[in-house]
Amino acid sequence: MTIPLLEARGLVRSYGATPALRGVSLAVAEGEIVAVTGPSGCGKSTLLHCLAGILRPDAGEVTYRGRRIDTLSEADRSRLRRSELGVLFQFGQLVAELPAVENVALPLLLAGVSRRRARTAGLSWLERLGVADVADALPGEMSGGQRQRVALARALVTEPRLLFADEPTGALDTIAGEQVLSHLVRLAGEQGTTVVLVTHDPRVAGYAHREIALRDGQLDPTGLGLAVVGAPAAWAGPAAAAVETAAVAETDAAR
Amino acid sequence: MTAHVLLGLLAGGPRHGYELKRSYDEHLPRARPLAFAQVYTTLARLVRDGLVTPAGQDQAGGPERTSYAITEEGLAGLRAWLTAVEPPAPHISGTLLAKVVVALFAADSATARDYLVAQRAAHTGRLRELTAIKADPATSLSDVIALDYAITHLDADLRWLRTTLERVAAHTREGSG
Ligand SMILES: Nc1ncnc2c1ncn2[C@@H]1O[C@H](COP(=O)(O)OP(=O)(O)O)[C@@H](O)[C@H]1O
Ligand SMILES: [Mg+2]
Repeated sequence: MTIPLLEARGLVRSYGATPALRGVSLAVAEGEIVAVTGPSGCGKSTLLHCLAGILRPDAGEVTYRGRRIDTLSEADRSRLRRSELGVLFQFGQLVAELPAVENVALPLLLAGVSRRRARTAGLSWLERLGVADVADALPGEMSGGQRQRVALARALVTEPRLLFADEPTGALDTIAGEQVLSHLVRLAGEQGTTVVLVTHDPRVAGYAHREIALRDGQLDPTGLGLAVVGAPAAWAGPAAAAVETAAVAETDAAR
Repeated sequence: MTAHVLLGLLAGGPRHGYELKRSYDEHLPRARPLAFAQVYTTLARLVRDGLVTPAGQDQAGGPERTSYAITEEGLAGLRAWLTAVEPPAPHISGTLLAKVVVALFAADSATARDYLVAQRAAHTGRLRELTAIKADPATSLSDVIALDYAITHLDADLRWLRTTLERVAAHTREGSG
């Protein structure tokens, strides 16, 4: 069996007394587009940050191409993020003072690519995303959809093997969001980029090949917060138990 | 409904029956395809009612050689149809609603759970399938419009399913179940 591109085992993470992840394990194969779904506050962003090496888990491990990354030094993790990983957030976080093309070229400049080559690459990525016409515009002069496509260009310009996207269309209207997503899915397919896409929206999850549902910091194999026969271990939490008694035991009472 | 769609297509100019069928399938690509026989029976009814009139024949004649044009009455009928709004959800019913209700309140817990999980998986699977077609740049506008309709409904079903389970959970927690 080939090793997964990305694997997490027993991830636990709390913020003070608030548990955000309570033992999450998953594997993502090369070339997959996986949606991490679940209601607000269930731990999706925390999981993504742990997987991308932005946040260190309290317990558990993350391996990328068979190598532990959660134990790497901050410097090594940054290096890995710059060379192999791409990240796209809800608000693209472009540099407000730089025109689109320079925003896209930035990761290449940081990697030591010459100014001219970085700019050429930036332009060609803007073209592939259908926003070449705003190459010289500042982020403040673009629509939300254009900004997010520029941010996607910037995330892809280093040709990462693995792209993380956290609610990448959460701030956009339907059609602008679709444009970002269909570009993302098409380019990922062309480049063989693996994608981990976080969303609470079923329509956005529809762009993925597979879904990993979370609930209260744990995997929810039902996607509905229901207990699953034969998998009681995943349902030890009190919240899950409440839903189980709710959705299902209510039924028993009604019989 | 088929009659009014045909009137709508004829509003753009006279057409043959086979052109109407092709145009219908093109504009409503994800509907059940219209059978030729249905085109001709519908046209015959429209002609009888004076909404459509035969407008010229190629050589041999016969219905498949005839082109049809919309009449003044036909245009008025089409306008009237478009003027009347569809009753917004007059009855709250549907097999999905009925099944989920029965699963929650009448089935044993394992059956209920299995059904709900399988139903959700079927919905998300279909949603993925339709989204993939929609994201293909080669997909036509009519197709995208029809796919949007289906995807939006699947999305609504999924949200409703989740809300329903949360509502039942809250109800039980409050001890009034
Ligand atoms: N920086 C933080 N400080 C304190 N609590 C946090 C912080 N970030 C997230 N949380 C809490 O952790 C839980 C999971 O949050 P998050 O991973 O952001 O969920 P999601 O992305 O699914 O909405 C929530 O209860 C949230 O309130
Ligand atoms: Mg989040």
